[in-house]
Amino acid sequence: MSQFTIPGTPIFGGDEARRGYALNKMCFSFNDGANREAFRADEEGYMERYGLTDAQRQAIRARNVLALIAAGGNVYYLAKFARIFGLSVQDIGAQQTGMSLDAFKDHLVAQGN
Amino acid sequence: MANVIGGFATSHVPSIGGAIAKGLQRTPYWSPFFNAFDPVHEWLAREKPDVAVVIYNDHGLSHFLDKMPTFAVGAAEEYRNADEGWGIPVLPPFPGHAALSWHLIESLVADEFDITTCQEHLVDHAFALPLKLMYPDAGANWPVRTVPITINSVQHPLPSALRCWKLGQAIGRALDSWPGAEKIVVVGTGGLSHQLDGTRAGFINKAFDQLCLDKIVSDPEALTRYSNKELIEQAGSQGVELMCWIAMRGALTGRVSKVSSAYHVPVSNTGGAVLLLQNEPLPQALAAE
Repeated sequence: MSQFTIPGTPIFGGDEARRGYALNKMCFSFNDGANREAFRADEEGYMERYGLTDAQRQAIRARNVLALIAAGGNVYYLAKFARIFGLSVQDIGAQQTGMSLDAFKDHLVAQGN
Repeated sequence: MANVIGGFATSHVPSIGGAIAKGLQRTPYWSPFFNAFDPVHEWLAREKPDVAVVIYNDHGLSHFLDKMPTFAVGAAEEYRNADEGWGIPVLPPFPGHAALSWHLIESLVADEFDITTCQEHLVDHAFALPLKLMYPDAGANWPVRTVPITINSVQHPLPSALRCWKLGQAIGRALDSWPGAEKIVVVGTGGLSHQLDGTRAGFINKAFDQLCLDKIVSDPEALTRYSNKELIEQAGSQGVELMCWIAMRGALTGRVSKVSSAYHVPVSNTGGAVLLLQNEPLPQALAAE
């Protein structure tokens, strides 16, 4: 259990750190360009090597950030995964909020007004 | 005696590195942020610090969940930047200051901060980009020696704002007791408000950021009264990086005055902020020398 909850705001605590360990360890490996290439070449084999759960594998296949977080992923490591596909933090923000990319960018700008 | 001449804080979002690599500093999107460094460059050219003690949060380059230090101090003669998977250029290695690191380590542990020591420590964008912003023309010849200090912002429970303030105060006491003559600038990086994850992703809180920019100068202890839950509600899940600013401010033990500040929304997904503070020793500290 996390120590507290805030709507719409994942809190990565001990429970998530334990459940998400294999997923986060795989994403941590993407600091290395050779590992990113190995993942691209054989996604299923790469996930098998890291022992991901079925839910984690499904979320990776779907490139679904909210599902990855629900499966214990931490956004700092997930961002390294997303970047393999050229996805920026605006892209993953748009995906998680259900906005178009332009609407999400407008939302960021509007908060400065 | 060593002399802490100032404190500096800046947002550290990775896309700053991309903007530098592509030469976008003076474009309409980026200029409100990069222009904020003109007074910083003037101050650095005038004051010429010898050492930068950089307080930041690692984003999964040097530290992983296998062993996650709450507070860690680099203790090497050199720190290397490395690929983080985000396609931003890797910056040249930064010179360390291992003797000062070990003085900090001795002093912090004596002060009941049981930090992790790192003789091998990769520095991520949150350390490297602020140095590049301070010294854009340095190339491979950084004009300061460095000591990296990291605060866990990845895995809860995170240290409280109050604990980070006290860490900063302990860093300040350590630097004030260093017998060397170096001029030292303390750097805090991160923030201000932003959230990358969850259905509230994209959250920015301009009013709270401006409150923080004001309080960090004039009444920093007001910021230490927020719980981490309150800070995340107000500043977003990654807005807790404010803890690095609070620790920086805690390390300034003299009379503190603002040299310059700037704030602009958005810098990537973030309330972008830059702050430069002058630190002058108090009269009693001078009398004791």
